[in-house]
Order: sequence, then C-alpha cells, then structure tokens
Amino acid sequence: MNQQRRSLLKYSAVFGLMASAGLISVAQAQEWNKAAFEGKSLDDVFKILGAGSPDKSAAVTLNAPDIAENGAVVPVGITTTLKAEQMAILVEKNPSSLAAQFFIPAGTEPFVTTRIKMGQTSNVYALVKADGKWSMAVKEVKVTLGGCGG
Amino acid sequence: MADPMRVRAAENGGIVDVKILMKHDMESGQRKDAAGKTIPAWFISTINVKANGKDVLNGQFGPAVSKDPFLNFKYKGAKGDKIVVSWVDSKGDKRTDEATAS
Repeated sequence: MNQQRRSLLKYSAVFGLMASAGLISVAQAQEWNKAAFEGKSLDDVFKILGAGSPDKSAAVTLNAPDIAENGAVVPVGITTTLKAEQMAILVEKNPSSLAAQFFIPAGTEPFVTTRIKMGQTSNVYALVKADGKWSMAVKEVKVTLGGCGG
Repeated sequence: MADPMRVRAAENGGIVDVKILMKHDMESGQRKDAAGKTIPAWFISTINVKANGKDVLNGQFGPAVSKDPFLNFKYKGAKGDKIVVSWVDSKGDKRTDEATAS
C-alpha cells in the first residue's frame, strides 16, 4: 500500500509540473508583443521579431488589392506553401509597421485573411516564419483615402 | 461588456474554414476628436481560437487592424468541432464566443 501511495505522489508531482509548464507556454503565446507593435520602421520590427533581413520568396503569397479606395478597410491575406509557424502583416508607411501577427499551430493551414488600416499608399509586407527562417512577399497598395487620420 | 462576435465555421473535405467578425472600435491612437485632442488607442490585442479545446490559431493585433476586425483561417478538423474564440483588448476587456463547425 505504502509503495502505491509513493508512486501516486510521484505521478501527481509530475502532472503538476506538466500543467504548470503548459500554463507558462500559454501565457507566453497570449502576451502581447508590445515592442514589436510599437516598432516604427520595418527594420525595427524585423529586429524585434528576430527576422533579420528576410528573403523574398515565391512560396509566400500576399493577397491584397492594387488600389484600396478606403484605407480604413484593406483586405489582406497571406498564404504559403511553406510549413508556417508564424505569419505577420506589416505596412511600411503606417505609424507603427506591424499590423498583425499570427501563430500557426500544427494542423492549421498556412492561410490567414484579415482587414487592416493604411494611412497612405505603401508597400505591404507578408512575413512567414517556417523552419526557423523568415521569408516574405511584398506588394504596393495604393490608397486613395487614408484610414488613420481624423 | 463587449458586443458578441459572429463566428462561422464550415467543414469541407477535412478542412474547417473559420470566419470571425469581431465587434470592436479599434481606435488607432492617431485620430483626434473635435477639440483636437488625440483619442487614445483602444484595440483588440490578442486573439485565441480553440477547436475542441486545442489551439488552432493565436493572433496578436496592433491598432492598424480595421474597425470590427475580420479574420479568416482554415484548420484540419471535422463537422461538429466546438470552436471557441476569445479576445482581449488593450484595456483588458474580454469576450468569448462559441460556434460549431457545420
């Protein structure tokens, strides 16, 4: 009996550790990356994300309009044939470059579409992290009416 | 309490297509009110989507995401999957809504 009780204790200790480890990783994923979102320029954000200077890749596709009539609502989508772990949307000439960042767990398709604001005509960057390496696609979107001013 | 989201999930060939429409002003912090004072930024900062209790997408938004954010993504799943979407905004306000994959 005593032996059984000991092993039970041991197991519960292990499970407790696993649970707390799990909790920690969830908390990290949830934490908003303030520094990255406050990065003013593309280079700032690349540095904070640890992307260095990503290579342009044909494997990354950025779906965005050539001309956005309303800069307040610009549909932007990223797809890739790479095994993406992370994706990010950056707008070069916005006050803060990073618009959105996504973490793609295994089992989720490397496909995300959302809508962003653009203050003026600018290059839009789609960044994809796969196998620890960042790749990107760039497209210029012309904005006829800005979405950031008053 | 924030307004509810619209969540739609449709399964097709083993892939569940999830469309989410969140209701949020997404103040950019760039706009000025009538008196010329800057309206402080207020936006959804993190979003988490789970299917049957497992993470299928984690996202972080900056103030440059449009008002009433829209999000579309796909994951490998099945009909009847329970999808739970939660967001937290920059003032700590929260909202969670559920949908079932059809």
